[in-house]
Amino acid sequence: MSDITVNTPLTSGSEHRAAPISAIGPVAWLRENLFSGWLSTAVTLVLGYLIIRAVMGFVDWAFINAIWSVPLNANGVAQTQACRELHGSGACWAVVTEKHRFMLFGTYPYEQHWRPAVVCLLFIGLFIVSAMRRFWNWTLIPIWMVTLTAIGMLMWGGVFGLPFVQQERWGGLPITLILSTFGLAFAFPLSILVALGRRSNLPAIKVLCVVYVELIRGVPLISLLFMASVMFPLFLPEGMNIDKLLRAQIAIILFAGAYLAEVVRAGLQSLPKGQYEAADAMGLSYWQKTGFIILPQALRMVIPPLVNTFIGFFKDTSLVLIIGIFDLLTAGKTAIVEPAWQGFGVEVYIFVGLIYLVFCFAMSKYSQGLEADLNRHRRR
Amino acid sequence: MSDAIVDPRYRRKPPKRPLRLSWADERIRGIVWQVLVVGVVFGIIYWLWSNTVHNLEVRRIATGFGFLHREAGLPIAEHLISYEPTDTYLRALTVGVLNTLKVAVIGVILATIIGTFIGIARLSKNFLVSKIAGFYIEVIRDIPLLLQLLFWYTILQGLPGPRQSFHPVEGVFLSNRGLRMPSLVWEGAHTATVLSVVAGIVLAWLYGRHARALQMADGQPRRIWPAAVALIFGLPVAVWLALGAPWTIDWPAMRGFNFQGGMAISPEYAALLTGLVTYTAAFIAEVVRAGIQSVGLGQWEAAQALGLRSGSVLRLIVLPQALRVIIPPMTSNYLNLTKNSSLAVAIGYQDIVSIANTTLNQTGQAIEGIAIIMAVYLTISLSISLFMNWYNARIALVER
Repeated sequence: MSDITVNTPLTSGSEHRAAPISAIGPVAWLRENLFSGWLSTAVTLVLGYLIIRAVMGFVDWAFINAIWSVPLNANGVAQTQACRELHGSGACWAVVTEKHRFMLFGTYPYEQHWRPAVVCLLFIGLFIVSAMRRFWNWTLIPIWMVTLTAIGMLMWGGVFGLPFVQQERWGGLPITLILSTFGLAFAFPLSILVALGRRSNLPAIKVLCVVYVELIRGVPLISLLFMASVMFPLFLPEGMNIDKLLRAQIAIILFAGAYLAEVVRAGLQSLPKGQYEAADAMGLSYWQKTGFIILPQALRMVIPPLVNTFIGFFKDTSLVLIIGIFDLLTAGKTAIVEPAWQGFGVEVYIFVGLIYLVFCFAMSKYSQGLEADLNRHRRR
Repeated sequence: MSDAIVDPRYRRKPPKRPLRLSWADERIRGIVWQVLVVGVVFGIIYWLWSNTVHNLEVRRIATGFGFLHREAGLPIAEHLISYEPTDTYLRALTVGVLNTLKVAVIGVILATIIGTFIGIARLSKNFLVSKIAGFYIEVIRDIPLLLQLLFWYTILQGLPGPRQSFHPVEGVFLSNRGLRMPSLVWEGAHTATVLSVVAGIVLAWLYGRHARALQMADGQPRRIWPAAVALIFGLPVAVWLALGAPWTIDWPAMRGFNFQGGMAISPEYAALLTGLVTYTAAFIAEVVRAGIQSVGLGQWEAAQALGLRSGSVLRLIVLPQALRVIIPPMTSNYLNLTKNSSLAVAIGYQDIVSIANTTLNQTGQAIEGIAIIMAVYLTISLSISLFMNWYNARIALVER
């Protein structure tokens, strides 16, 4: 096509004419993407109508008819008659206004709420630092250790003049973040060992790793959590007891370890055999070969699926609701047990869902960006 | 198979070296490591085991599966086979397994259909369609399934009571007691009709194979669809008519405070199914999208250049290649749906986890209860992955 334009002699006096309005600009975009045929046009019109209806209905419910706060009576009990009179035509955000501290921090002493709040910020800071590629080296390990210690000191207290808060009173968002972050911090090294074991030539170690991974992946997380809550006390010698949160944490670590091991194994398998052989030819020992040659390349390759698995575990920590641990979702569910707030579950679940959505969406966007970035050398 | 491509020089085994009792010998190191690891693992297991045995004795907890034959005494609202609280634990657990399968099988089918539809919509040229599909996928995937289940359950419980139930069509009632629909009074003739549909499908498939074999022989394409329609639809209708065409509808109606008659779908089941299907469909949509995108544009163009019709292009060229990419992740999504159905316990649908949990609370036999849950899910998981691996091997690319 370009040949034709080049070969056609320009007639004198003619100027380059702008492309017709129907070929460029917003009109062309509309024609191309929304009204490219009768079927497309019909679909656009029907969908457009439905979307406008749905959005208007939602705005009515969530903003225009919504009630944002309700008065308290003399005993401090919320008066929710106004909310009940809406009969579902408007949202009762008062439940969130009234209960948001409880949902976020559970039964932690009210005047000490700044501590779990700082803990949440520390966690977020830790995630952001870990996501930056300039920190992808050994400095990450001390950073994690220091931050996690600081988090433990803030939550428990008892040092630097902070009052001691026993673990039974922790709750809400910090529990969700603790379960997922500590879970990953321990599951990740475990998964690397298991993945290496599954690829090893030593038959006994290989069988152990295969059995572990397949057993865990074949059963739902709930059965492991039940095991942690009802069976674990039987496993330990008399008198020795581990608290419930730690037991659930161990179950989550074992569960996450098996899934992450499969992701890591995929990375190990995708390395060309020449890398292993070259390392052997250099006379490196097994651990030198693994630590200096294999893992740095293999892990880099599986970072995007690793992040996707992290997202899955962040969501899966909500399952501790079933064994009665006070995480974000449990706190939300408990907030509406109070008679005054019964029946406003939808508002609470939207609020809690938004918190999960923000965390997971950030991680998922990060993983997509990273994938594009790491694959840049493959594109031409 | 691999012998054919291995260079004959490498076929010789390396000479056997005698074991040297030294850390420098790789085999000795391997043996030491294995003994060490296996010793530690079994040591821990033995320690836990002996603690458990001791604790069970001290707490006087019975062991063994003898309780399975005792009277369960737990009421189960939904059961596919007849069940009374006076039945044994074994029967109660069987009901639980069937309830799990009921939600898993229907969930897998619906999630596949809806997920495929959304995955194709994600690739639509229409901006609105593809953005809505993308929005759906992103939002659903970023919210925990348990929260979604609680959300759906809250919405279904917020529906008006039976007296003020939604009543869109004659005989259909939607209330906080669930969905009531008219149902067919089942007779032997209907079973025969269903069986003849299956027979019709099998016969049509055999006929199609025969027709293709003939086409391979002489190059003449044969018309398959009239015979297929006759076999799949005509045969059952003929059977049904021959058996007297029974057709009695059981209409639900208000009696007192609840409905009588018809078919009921409980709010628990409806919430669980809705949550599982919408959640898994978002994951399946991504799998389908990736599968379709993995087939190069050149494949479409080459097939069209050969003169194939667009339906044939999809069926003969694109789908077989896309399926190779789709099947493995699809398998893990099916497995996830089945395992996620265990969240039923949170909203009170009585699946195997819920019933086994009640059983272990009533009998105090935690180890047996959890062993039953794990055994059931391991069996289901292994069966699904065996079937999908078989199917995957059938459609996999045959390479040299």
